[in-house]
Amino acid sequence: MDKISFNLSLFSYLMASLAYFVYLAYRRPLVSTLAGWTVAFGLVCQTVTIGIRSSQTGHGPYTTSFEVALFLSWLMVVVYFLTEWKYKIKDLGAFVIPLVFIVLLYSVFLSKETALLPESSEVRFWLTMHQTLSIMGYAAFSIAFAAGIMYLIQEHQVKSKKLGIMYFRMPSLEVLDDLNFKVIMVGFPLFTLGFMTGSIQNTEMTQPFFSWDLMRTLPLVVTWLIYCLVFFGRMTVGLRGKKAAQGAILGFITVIGTYFLHIL
Amino acid sequence: MMSTESNLVLVGVNHKATPVEIREKLAFNQVKLEASLEHLVSCPEIVENIILSTCNRVEIYARVENSEQGIQLLKDFISDYHGIARGGLDQYFYSYRDNQAIEHLFRVSASLDSMILGEAQILGQVKDAYSTARALSSTGLVLNQLFEKAFNVAKKVREETGISERGVSISSAAVELAKKIFEDLENHSVMLVGTGEMAELAAKHLISYGVKTVYVASRTYERAISLAQTLNGCALDFDAFKEELYRADIVITSTAAPTFIIHKEMIEQAIHKRKNKPIFLIDIAVPRDIAPEVNDLENVYLYDIDDLQNVVNANMEERQKEAENAMEIIKEEVTKFNNWFSTLDAVPTIVEMRNRAEEMRKNEAEKTLKNLAHLSNEDQKAIHQLTQSLVNKLLHKPTINLKKKTQSKDGHVYLKAIRHLFHLDD
Repeated sequence: MDKISFNLSLFSYLMASLAYFVYLAYRRPLVSTLAGWTVAFGLVCQTVTIGIRSSQTGHGPYTTSFEVALFLSWLMVVVYFLTEWKYKIKDLGAFVIPLVFIVLLYSVFLSKETALLPESSEVRFWLTMHQTLSIMGYAAFSIAFAAGIMYLIQEHQVKSKKLGIMYFRMPSLEVLDDLNFKVIMVGFPLFTLGFMTGSIQNTEMTQPFFSWDLMRTLPLVVTWLIYCLVFFGRMTVGLRGKKAAQGAILGFITVIGTYFLHIL
Repeated sequence: MMSTESNLVLVGVNHKATPVEIREKLAFNQVKLEASLEHLVSCPEIVENIILSTCNRVEIYARVENSEQGIQLLKDFISDYHGIARGGLDQYFYSYRDNQAIEHLFRVSASLDSMILGEAQILGQVKDAYSTARALSSTGLVLNQLFEKAFNVAKKVREETGISERGVSISSAAVELAKKIFEDLENHSVMLVGTGEMAELAAKHLISYGVKTVYVASRTYERAISLAQTLNGCALDFDAFKEELYRADIVITSTAAPTFIIHKEMIEQAIHKRKNKPIFLIDIAVPRDIAPEVNDLENVYLYDIDDLQNVVNANMEERQKEAENAMEIIKEEVTKFNNWFSTLDAVPTIVEMRNRAEEMRKNEAEKTLKNLAHLSNEDQKAIHQLTQSLVNKLLHKPTINLKKKTQSKDGHVYLKAIRHLFHLDD
């Protein structure tokens, strides 16, 4: 059952990605509506998958790499729907949903073994907090990443004065810049809290506060610094537009890098 | 007798093949238009008609008894009415029937046949032509339906293709760019440096899209004041504008200065003061007012008159491409309309067929009942009912099938056959 719902959601995201590309190129309102419903269907299926998995393991989807990928892609879709509802940028789908598909596709190759949570209820609490908050932060960052890419494409067109099809299709620079900021404004505190609860969890597991493996921790610190710069830079010196978009893209690339260093 | 075929025809001239000297002679002003509509609808050959007369085209749409005769009649009418010999006009006239006439109207309304592809004015003109004709009752079921449909198709084309999406004038291209940089223009400000006519036009365009704050700077302060008054903005001293630049989100320059008056450092300072909020510079002065390297600054977008003209040209090309998508929509809609149009043809035939049958039934029933005088009223009624339901049953399937068949390509064959078999044309 969970296999069926998993495959259905994977397939839905693939179809929706293609539909969003078609919409980007051909502007058929029906196609975008169809894509929206396909994503919604995928989300329902994925929710079922997560529900079944959680009832089997007895805890939320954040202990194994597979669960994290499952949960992250699920949250990305949720955040996507929230932004789409707030900003009405239909073309965001062409940038976010393929990303969701890739994350979920990646999870196919991960071990489906279940893992047990630590015995101590306190460690368990901090672990849950750490994972949930971090993944929520990453989901927000993924939207900032998509908005950043869209910003750079649009900015390049206006700047170079070569106004292609994307110029007409994509929203204004101001909207994309605003979206980029808003999602980082939500994602950064979540990520920071996730980072902090992670440290607490580590100490709870009777490891000294600063004993962590440098290979695993340093990239996280770098990631945090990048988003910190993007976040406070805007509020203080007006870091916005192209630089903010580049920051969001760089930040997300670091997130991906950090992840792979983490599971090495 | 009702007509078995209701033919749509169209006769006209347009900007593509007919020079303006001829077009202006053939135009109908409002008074002529009304007189002509009334004259045409009084002709026995013409069932309905609508005249569309704009500076780019004169077209008469009509439903006529016979296509060929109808077309000749309309051509004669146009040349006679304007006192120009038919021989001199024939090379300019085009005429279409049925499907092609429908397609032509859809193309015209959707602005695919316009001089400036996708311009919005033509739809209003078609609507006016329609309401004038309607008010004079020179239209009927078919043209009403056809024109209402044409308006829907035009709307659909506008919404589903980019045909009208891209500005094809300097000021509309500038507004579009402003909206792609700032989205909502309402909380943004514009500064005019120089009071050129084109700058004023662009500013007015921006104001119509919501820009509220307007600054005007000019070397002659009086001109700044008078333009500021027209635009409901505030005048700036020419020397002061450099310090005030940072206030403006959009700057339009159009001075007669022989050299650049805005340099990179000035904008650098302004953008710094603005905390990197974007600034859109439109330089429509020749020679240019703004140093081109200003465009290298981040969050600064500089367009000069050539840049804008290039955008306009590219937009024109894009509209051409979008016209192909629009044609797909139109082809689809023509087929749909044609289906409706063909069922319409079946209706009079069905009515006649049923009337004929009812007539026969009544005659035969009465003949029989005369010899059965002993029957009670009730029994006589029952016999009438029996014959009626018999006729209904017999004609039910043919009616349904005829309606269905008339939608197919060879529908007219069935209609002809029915008319022949039932002797409807005698």
